[in-house]
Amino acid sequence: MSLNIIVLAKQVPDTRNVGKDAMKEDGTINRAVLPAIFNPEDLNALEQALKLKDMYPGSRITILTMGPGRAAEIVREGLYRGADGGIVLSDRAFAGSDTLATSYALSAAVRKIGDYDIIIGGRQAIDGDTAQVGPQIAEKLGLPQVTYAEEILSAEDGKVVVRRRIESGVETVKAPMPLVITVNGSADACRPRNAKALQKYKYAAAPSEIAADEERKAFIAARPYLSIGEWSAAHVEADLGQCGLAGSPTKVKAIENVVFTAKEARRLDNDDSQLEQLIKELIANHTIG
Amino acid sequence: MANFYTDNPALKLHLNHPMMEKIVELKERNFADADKFDYAPQNFADAMDSYDKVLEIVGEICGDIIAENAEDVDHNGPRVENGRVVYAEGTSRNLDACRKAGLMGMAMPRRLGGLNFPITPYIMAADIVSRADAGFENLWGLQDCAETIYEFASEEQKEKYIPRVCAGETMSMDLTEPDAGSDLQSVMLKASQKEDGSWVVNGVKRFITNGDSDIHLVLARSEEGSKDGRGLSMFIYDKRNGGVTVRRIENKMGIKGSPTCELVYKDAPVELVGSRRMGLIKYVMALMNGARLGIAAQSVGLSEAAYREAIAYARDRRQFGKAIIEFPAVAEILALMKAKLDASRTLLYACSRFVDMYKIYDDIAKERKLTPEEKAEQKHFSKLADAFTPLAKGMTSEYCNQNTYDCIQIHGGSGFMKDYACERLYRDARITSIYEGTTQLQVVAAIRHVTTGTYLSCIEEFAKEEVCPEDEQIRQTLILMSQRYAAAVEAVTGAKDPKYVDFMARRLVEMAGHTIMGFLLLADTQRDPEVRRSLHVYVNYGQAEVAKHADFIAAFRPDMMADYTME
Repeated sequence: MSLNIIVLAKQVPDTRNVGKDAMKEDGTINRAVLPAIFNPEDLNALEQALKLKDMYPGSRITILTMGPGRAAEIVREGLYRGADGGIVLSDRAFAGSDTLATSYALSAAVRKIGDYDIIIGGRQAIDGDTAQVGPQIAEKLGLPQVTYAEEILSAEDGKVVVRRRIESGVETVKAPMPLVITVNGSADACRPRNAKALQKYKYAAAPSEIAADEERKAFIAARPYLSIGEWSAAHVEADLGQCGLAGSPTKVKAIENVVFTAKEARRLDNDDSQLEQLIKELIANHTIG
Repeated sequence: MANFYTDNPALKLHLNHPMMEKIVELKERNFADADKFDYAPQNFADAMDSYDKVLEIVGEICGDIIAENAEDVDHNGPRVENGRVVYAEGTSRNLDACRKAGLMGMAMPRRLGGLNFPITPYIMAADIVSRADAGFENLWGLQDCAETIYEFASEEQKEKYIPRVCAGETMSMDLTEPDAGSDLQSVMLKASQKEDGSWVVNGVKRFITNGDSDIHLVLARSEEGSKDGRGLSMFIYDKRNGGVTVRRIENKMGIKGSPTCELVYKDAPVELVGSRRMGLIKYVMALMNGARLGIAAQSVGLSEAAYREAIAYARDRRQFGKAIIEFPAVAEILALMKAKLDASRTLLYACSRFVDMYKIYDDIAKERKLTPEEKAEQKHFSKLADAFTPLAKGMTSEYCNQNTYDCIQIHGGSGFMKDYACERLYRDARITSIYEGTTQLQVVAAIRHVTTGTYLSCIEEFAKEEVCPEDEQIRQTLILMSQRYAAAVEAVTGAKDPKYVDFMARRLVEMAGHTIMGFLLLADTQRDPEVRRSLHVYVNYGQAEVAKHADFIAAFRPDMMADYTME
């Protein structure tokens, strides 16, 4: 039995090693100094998809990413690791999307792809940390969802068996396909890029990346497997009112750049009264509670 | 998130050596595979881009996985269960990553499932892997054995075994026995031919790296009653057929993740490779030359790791109110470590390019007749490879021992504890100047290139190269070193006593080595000014070493050798 798997992946600024110039004056991310990377938990999700492909030969993995044309790099990274193809969902109309508008656009693209058994993505992206897009896509498509997955144990007879992380441990659940799965960072790391696949797919491109490069266009035209799909809002028949800024109810009031310094650290002795005092302080200044 | 390729600009400098254009064009037969394989390069730039990108994968796996597992693998090591080796968990994870990344059979042709990489980028991968974990390099690097199958086995054997290696099966070369170490002519493992023409082997092998591998190359005595190397043949043993068990694995000082096995063969079915009686004199010699280049790469990787550990510690550790790197005595050790590292690496890649050139011509010669010019080049580079391989193995392994020793010295008392990586590097380094031929045996292989003038004519070619005015003085110093070397060779060979040449051999080989490495660093400096510091430091060091040996030889008379005979 073979599966059609859609991997949702996002190109994100690498916020793991943030220097002092990571934020601009206006409080937005300075993308110029942060390298664009494959969102880490989306890589965990890709690994789960690749494992399914190992288990069920003939399965097909499609990477779906939303972003500018250069986000095709995410599709290439997927191809290097064993994915079969990919689509970049790219349109100015998608600019400024919050999680609601993003999940709307992605679910429209998933509908357009049509034939799928499993839609899988990372739990959350490191630039927003909301963990909302996966669940919202499931809602919009009317699909069941399994979140915080650590391992997909099987996908047979129309059902997947998934081990998922919960607060106090793990639980194993069974769910019908098609469904949406979001994968936790504690799942297996993604396998490395493969040397042959890399050499095979390194010239793969989305049309807007090579608009002015006739030679590359001809090269790709002769090798259809190098063509990365690029879909617009019209292509996925999206309602523009639900896309981009127009479709995003989230309004950012302000972004504050908080730098933790060592002097804010405080050492407490291991006795209840000091701990109690600390908890009261933290509740009072709204850090917790 | 470390990448051991992209964080080390020295690697790109060597990968982008001007000679690579010719190597790649010959290796790719003018890019004839481009229409046959979807991963074959279209042209030179495309091929170089692929090497670069694949090495980036190697660097990533090494930085993120192999280096991370190294300490654990060193502590836990492999074990034997029911006659089979069980790798340390980290080793299995490393192998899994290398298999998934398709880094097995890198130098094998595409039609057999390989990447068709020249030796130079393959050796660069070995250099990077060794920096992460020298012990793991042994397992991964044994894919070299596929080269021997490719060169000497039948087409049927190539098609049967090489794709399996490319898919990730491991290999071993079963040569050493309890009474046949450096002296492989004494190998006793018995190969007998049955009536149906098939072969079985019986006996014991010892010190076999990765001895429970999937596919073994076995050296055995096929000619009953013979006593020397001419009675030995090469065989392939396929683990799927059974017949070989692991009796024990050695408890070693270093490279502990690499299982060193004692093997028992009981009527183990094997296939003959090539012609009978050629096992040692032809096939093992070729196999050993490849393996020696691999050990040179392992040595360079270890030197790199030692230098990085040392400089990081020296920057971090404060004494007397400042970082110890600010003390001249500490800084000098570090500068010399870096110079020896850079010198080792440039010698390694010069050697690998020579190996590439003659091996590619050897391979082309199987397809068509070489032109007289090509034949001349093949002969030229074959000789250079033969001269540079023992030199590289000998010098780089000695330097990696010195660098790991100095790395501990920089760490002071802490370096003596198990808390830092330097003690593992020190233990891992110790074997490099012993296995695949001790340094003393490398000198035996190299000395004929001293007496026949291979090194000297090579040095004379180097001395003709143009350098920028800034480096002219260094060039003159190197020419002076070469003159002292030439004079010492003349003085020693002039005595017309082979024993005297043997006695002075190591000194002469080292003099050639210092001069050659100096010239190679000079050439590197012309392409990358960053090398200049190491050039200066190395030539300062090398000229003093050359002078030391020259003084020793000048003050010595052959009759004084009697004082050095021991009973």
